[in-house]
Parts: sequence; C-alpha cells; structure tokens
Amino acid sequence: MKQTRKSSQSLDRALPKCPTGIAGFDEITLGGLPRGRPSLICGGAGCGKTLFGIEFLARGAQDFGEPGVCISFEETAEDLAQNAVSLGFDLKALERANKLVIDYIHIDKSEIAETGEYDLEGLFIRIGSAIDSIGAKRVLLVTPEALFGGLNDEGVLRSELRRLFRWLKDKGVTSVITGEKGEGTLTRHGIEEYVSDCVVLLDHRLQSGVVTRRMRVLKYRGSMHGTNEYPFLIGRQGISVLPITSLGLSHKISDERVSSGIKGLDEMLEGRGFYRGSSILVSGTAGTGKSSMATHLVDAACARGESCLYFSFEESPDQILRNMRSIGIDLGRWIKKGLLHIHSTRPTSYGLELHLVEMHNLLEQHKPKVVVVDPLSSLMSGAGDNTNDLTNMVLRVIDRLKHLGITGFFTSLTSGGHAAEATEVNISSLVDTWLLLRDMESDGERNRVLYVLKSRGMAHSNQLREFLMTKNGVALRDAYLGPAGVLTGSARLAQEAREREEASRATRESEERKLALNRKLRTAEAQIMALEAEKQAAELELKAAAKDEEDQRNSVLTQRAEMARSRKVNSSPKAPRPTAKEASI
Amino acid sequence: MPARRENSAKVEYDLRLYVAGQTPRSVQAFANLTKICEEHLAGRYRIQVIDLLEHPQLAKGDQILAIPTLVRTLPEPIRKIIGDLSNKERVLVGLDVRSSG
Repeated sequence: MKQTRKSSQSLDRALPKCPTGIAGFDEITLGGLPRGRPSLICGGAGCGKTLFGIEFLARGAQDFGEPGVCISFEETAEDLAQNAVSLGFDLKALERANKLVIDYIHIDKSEIAETGEYDLEGLFIRIGSAIDSIGAKRVLLVTPEALFGGLNDEGVLRSELRRLFRWLKDKGVTSVITGEKGEGTLTRHGIEEYVSDCVVLLDHRLQSGVVTRRMRVLKYRGSMHGTNEYPFLIGRQGISVLPITSLGLSHKISDERVSSGIKGLDEMLEGRGFYRGSSILVSGTAGTGKSSMATHLVDAACARGESCLYFSFEESPDQILRNMRSIGIDLGRWIKKGLLHIHSTRPTSYGLELHLVEMHNLLEQHKPKVVVVDPLSSLMSGAGDNTNDLTNMVLRVIDRLKHLGITGFFTSLTSGGHAAEATEVNISSLVDTWLLLRDMESDGERNRVLYVLKSRGMAHSNQLREFLMTKNGVALRDAYLGPAGVLTGSARLAQEAREREEASRATRESEERKLALNRKLRTAEAQIMALEAEKQAAELELKAAAKDEEDQRNSVLTQRAEMARSRKVNSSPKAPRPTAKEASI
Repeated sequence: MPARRENSAKVEYDLRLYVAGQTPRSVQAFANLTKICEEHLAGRYRIQVIDLLEHPQLAKGDQILAIPTLVRTLPEPIRKIIGDLSNKERVLVGLDVRSSG
C-alpha cells in the first residue's frame, strides 16, 4: 500500500493530496482528496456522506496530525459525536485535545425576518475563528444547503456559498462539503457548480431486495482516479472501500500444520493436514458432506483447545448440533466450553456488506483460530446478480483471515449442471487448498468421492477416494480403481466380493493341481518300487538259473566220470579233455 | 462603533446588532435602527452593537450567520432580523413593536 501511495505521488506531483485515512479510498484516488481544495461528497439520504466527512476529520486529527473543524448545518454536535462513536471515533476526546472543533449552525426560519441586504459574513467569521483557534487544516461542512431552508434570498445564498468555497481554498484548508442528492442534480441546490475540484458520489441501492453501498469518484480535476463504482462498508472501523488493490499480499505465513480432523484426508495432504492460516474451499453438489467436513475441522480444532467461529447461512445452531451428532460429533460440549461460536443468519436478512461487517466484528470479538463459512455460495442471494461484488467481498474476508493467521474453511455449493471445477463465486484462485466432493452415480445409487484439486505448498495425493459418512464420523476409503473404472459403494463391494471369490477359486484350483501332482508322483514312486521288486525277482531268478545250469553241468560231468569209472576206462587223463573241450565250446 | 444605551430604568426592548467592521451596510443598518427606535420606542430600548471582527466567539451564542443581524433578546422570545433594516414596516413587525401612541 505504501508503494502505491509513493508511485501515485510521483504520478500526480502536480497536485498535492491529502490522505483521508479511509481504507481503500486513498487507493482509488491515488492519494486522497486534493489538498487545500474543497471536495464535494454527495448522495441520497443515509448513504454515509456525513460519516465519510467525520472519518476524514477524525483520521486527520488522530493519524495525520491535521486538526479539523466540523461545521454542521444539520445535526447538533452531540448527535454527531454520538454517531461517530459507532465508527470508533471519540470526537469529544478530540475536542478536549484541541484537535477538533464542532460548531452547529442552526437557522430557525420562524424566528428570523429579513429586511434589506445582508451577507453571510457572520458564517465566515465563525468558521474562520474556529479554524484559527486550533490551526485547523481540514474543514467539514455538513450539508450547507440546509441554509436554503432557513433563508429566503437564494441569490445571496448562492453567491455567498460560492464565496465561502473560494475563501476556504484561499485559506489553504482541505475541505469536504456534503450535499444531499437532488432530482436530476448531484445536490439539491446545484452547489456542485461551485465545488468543482473533486466530486465523490455515494449511493446505496436495493438489489434483489438487499442494500449495497457504492462509491464513485465522479470528477477529480487534475488527477487520475479510479472511475469504477466501488462497494464500501460502514463498520466499527469506519468506512472501508473495497478496491482490489487495497489488498496487500504481504501477510505472514505459517509452516505449522493443522489436522483436518479426518484421518484419511490428512493422509492425502502429506499425512499432516492443512497449513495453519490457509484458506480451504470445499465445493460440491448438495448433500455431498461439505458441512460434515467443516465440522470435523472444527471438532479437531476445539479438541486442541482452539477457538472456532462457525458462520452458518443455512442451518440454525441446534440443527447443526443435531445433524452432527448423527455422525458421532458432539459440538455441544465445545459450545459449553466457550470454544465454539455458531453464528446463524439468513443470507437475505441483510446486505452483503453488513454480513461482512458482522463477520469483522465477530472476528474481533472472539479472536478465533478457525473460521468456517458454510456455505459461501448462499451469500450469492445477497449479492444479487453481481457476482463481482461477492468475489470482492470474499477476497476481503479471505485477506482478513490471512492477515490474522486464521484458518478459513469455506464451503461452496455447486449446482448439478455446472462443471464441478467451476465455483459460483470464482474464488477458487484465491484459496490455498481446494477439495472437491463429487457424486458418482452408478448401479442405481449415488456415492461420494473426494479429491484434492489443489493444495498450495504440499505434495498432495492425486487419488480419488470414497467419502463415507459413518456413525463415527467421516471416513475415507480407497476407491476401487480397475479396468472397469472407478467403482464406489455397492459396486465396489460387489467387485471386492468378486475378487475375493476369484482369489479363492484360484487357490482351490492350485490346491487340486498340487494334489493331483502329488498323486502322480506317488503313483510313479509306487511303479518304481514295483519295477524294482520285479528287477530283484528277475535277478534272483537269473542267479537261480545260472546255478541250476552249473549244477546240471556238474552232474553231467560227474555222471560221465562215474560212467567211465564204471566202464573201467582209465581215462582219467582223458576225462578232463572233453571237459576242457566243452568248456571251450 | 460605540454602543449606545438609553438610560432608562425600565428597558423593555433589549436589542443587539451584530456587524462585521464598519461596512456601509452595517453603518446603514445602525442608522436605520436608531431612527426606528427613536420614533417608536423612545426611552424603552437599549442597543448593543457587537463587532464580530473583534469578538468572533460571540457569533456562536446567538447563532449569527448573516451580517448585519439584529437580535431582540427582550422581550422574550428571541427574534432575529437580518439585513440593513431598510424596510421600516418589516422591522416593526419583526420586532413586534406596538406603536406607542
């Protein structure tokens, strides 16, 4: 922001500027109001003109060391001071410190008669003495056109007002003049003719039954300025205009991780969960379990003793408690302990900017560590047709949470027809972690799957996992991934059963084959044994046969010998011959 | 411009004329006022002239914007007449003066 201011100064060196201190306004005007010149702030009743002026004075006195004078033609000093309290400014204290003078100028037509010529020198003297009494650098004139109601001579009034603005310029004070919007003109009596250096138009309009405030710099002589309409808020911190450029990307980041409260999800995020202070978006169609995820995060944070703030735009606190009990989470105990605050409002109950003011205030009040907005998309109805507004506001909230180091958890309802990746509010680029919950419809049932679309700064899982709501909370299951694609629910169960069956059949088959082979082996072994026995028998037989043969031969020889002996043939020497002969044969 | 007072025990009309310096219009207004008072309120009035250039802080009390402004503080209620008081009839109506005669 400082850099912007610096560069804007170099851009507009010709025209010195006076910072208003109003958040965002100095950005769109590249430095503030024209220094030493009058500026006109105009708009309809209740648009915040006076508050703008009061903040200009109070911030000048508090933050820029420029005392201010407030000349009110409309409200008494007491009323103004009281109104300023709601913006967090103590005008009485500033008056006591001689940094502010409030003068209430009142004309009651009933007690005034006019005769002859006059001028408004008395007013000049009053303003002049107020300025001189504290050395004021800033002047606020609250609706000087009220004079037209008190005095008859319009010609005199016009010339005197013109003289007044020129006189203020000559005095070198930076002045803000407020004016009520007239029909067809910026101010009721056309004083914009005389204040031509800077004109800012404030506006609050009804859009789809909800009021939003806008601001536009209509004219800024001699300076560049943002020409768009900018939404603005009036909150406890005063006015804040919401140009994108006022969002500095300088927040401190944390390396600390916080559990999502769901074991399976932590596993998908490097096993450690989200970064503290990051913003998480969960988008999905209706009934995909977005709130349940939010509840888990809250439950985990409360269990760590951290304070949580839950903004619900759909359910009442009791309804949330009941519904979350059904998945086994008891949020009631955290509420009793004062750790959890559930803030339920209808998105349409007031305008977008009031919702955000409310959020800002509650953030200050409770100083939570975790904030849940459920669902962000229902604020859409508050934004009407203008999603740009919502995006800007959400940006602002996210930025605020990041500055405070709060982990933000947003849910977004996507309608069925849209691509799942397209969030309604186009904030996906702003969040750090984006989880997508999806329905998978098959075989007559819907099942939820979850995946991490992105998660900055960590190697997250790219797996699609099935998201189950059990009595003990949310559980993540590995989805079945196979040739038939991703299967969930009963299809997954059936597939798992089929797989089990197949596996058991295979085991059975292999058992059988083993058995058969064993049998075969044993048969072969038996055969081997039988053959062995046969072999042995044959061998025995063979031996027996050989023995028989020898026996026979021996007996023949014996018989021959005996025969020879009986024949008394001395053929004992002869006898061996045939034997030898036979042997040789 | 000196403040002029009629020394009278019973002042019915207490008048203050606010001016800013000796402008022709202020001088004219004072002259007109004195004349009217002498004619209609002789001995019953008091005029106090306040120069806001000298006492700017006094402008706040009587809610003075226009110069010149004549303020009738007595009799109550407070009434104011702005302008150079050139129209005698209107001044008399403005001061709610019953003619002394």
